[in-house]
Amino acid sequence: MRQLTLLAALATLLIGAAGCGSAGPERVTITIHYSSFDPSALTVPHGVPVTFVLVNQDPIDHEWMVGDAALHERHRHGTEPVHGARPTEVTVPAGTTVETTVTFDRAAELTYVCHLPRHEAYGMVGTLTVT
Amino acid sequence: MRRLLTVVAAMAALLVTAAPALACGGLIGPNGAVNLLRTTTFAGYHDGVEHHVTAFQFAGGGGAFGSIVPLPDVPTSVERGGDWTLQRLVRETDPPQFRLEAAAAAGDAEVLLQTRIDALDITILRGGGAEVGNWATEHGFRLPPDAPEVLDFYADRSPIFMAASFDADAARERGQQVGDGTPVHLTIPTDDPWVPLRILGLGKVAGELVQADLYLLTDARPNLLPQPADNGLTLDHSAAATDSLLADLRSDKGMEWIPASAWLSKVRIDTDAAQLKFDLAIDPTGAGTPSMVDAGFGGTPPPPTLPSGNLLILWLLVAVGIAIPTASGVAFAIRPR
Repeated sequence: MRQLTLLAALATLLIGAAGCGSAGPERVTITIHYSSFDPSALTVPHGVPVTFVLVNQDPIDHEWMVGDAALHERHRHGTEPVHGARPTEVTVPAGTTVETTVTFDRAAELTYVCHLPRHEAYGMVGTLTVT
Repeated sequence: MRRLLTVVAAMAALLVTAAPALACGGLIGPNGAVNLLRTTTFAGYHDGVEHHVTAFQFAGGGGAFGSIVPLPDVPTSVERGGDWTLQRLVRETDPPQFRLEAAAAAGDAEVLLQTRIDALDITILRGGGAEVGNWATEHGFRLPPDAPEVLDFYADRSPIFMAASFDADAARERGQQVGDGTPVHLTIPTDDPWVPLRILGLGKVAGELVQADLYLLTDARPNLLPQPADNGLTLDHSAAATDSLLADLRSDKGMEWIPASAWLSKVRIDTDAAQLKFDLAIDPTGAGTPSMVDAGFGGTPPPPTLPSGNLLILWLLVAVGIAIPTASGVAFAIRPR
């Protein structure tokens, strides 16, 4: 837990540093390896565009879906084969990097999950704190 | 090592349907569900030749399914196997209580060999875990989330894999009935005898059960690593192979190499998928020590060596139940392209 806290703090610092003197959105890189998100905990500010760079190092497709419990419950039973129309719901094909930019309008405790079959049960879950 | 016959046999738990299935893994359906039935495989070594036998079995349904099997080295041939080897081995150790007739029941990887046997398309690949995974993904295999790590686990030791895809619709068009098996026979030169066990848990999460029966036929009583103990492995049978068994096996197609005498061992696997993180390394002489590396316990893999005067051949008879509810094996749904 302490490591997660430190990682989240570090991510916040990195985002803040990247934002100094920059007119573009904040950038956060999430690497997917062995069907696991790294980092698995992030903190970002609300009201600021944040670009998530999703690097899938695996030879299989993954998803990055961020939202509250209700959103994830819907996607556990969803039928959309691919995502991308909404910036908070992204398909990351095998071996590719996908970027998506999100502006969170308020503080919240969210999670990001891969909803491909059995991926969530395997542990593809991360937490996103919007401050 | 003079001779080692490794027989991996895992029986389907259902007694009413023919069910020897692919030896090495768990079946993944289109919805990601995994069935938990036992699996069946045969592998063997003799005079420097490794033989490996398992089978795919048509169990109804439609669509395409496939499997990926780690191999210890490059096969020199892939052909249709005999018809009763697996069933005869099961009968030898589990005769009365089972209905025997039912028991029958990345970048780019380098494609080394392709062949078609009945409704089964087989491709032998060489590549790292990511390369083989990429190849599988590009060819429609829906790999489970643990596949990237498991493929690397094997590729670090042997970058050779067999991908088998089964077209259930084609099987039906061929007139194959539910329960009909498609045996496949691979001949693989190798001097690293090991049997993949971790692959049996592919696609399963902690708490899900892996069940398989592994038969080993060797010249002498073998040394195994890990030794069957409180690790999910149980040594169910260990005795000199009977003359009748050897004669029956020898009479099957392509099984002329069966020696005049051998030692038969049966290892039963019943364990939580989360605990099955190793393979079974074998010292077929019984006088040496099996390799920690071959068992998947880490260490630096030895450099690949070519077979010496002792030619190693591996036969792999593949017979996997293809329908999700009745088969098991390292099999995956193949998405329509």
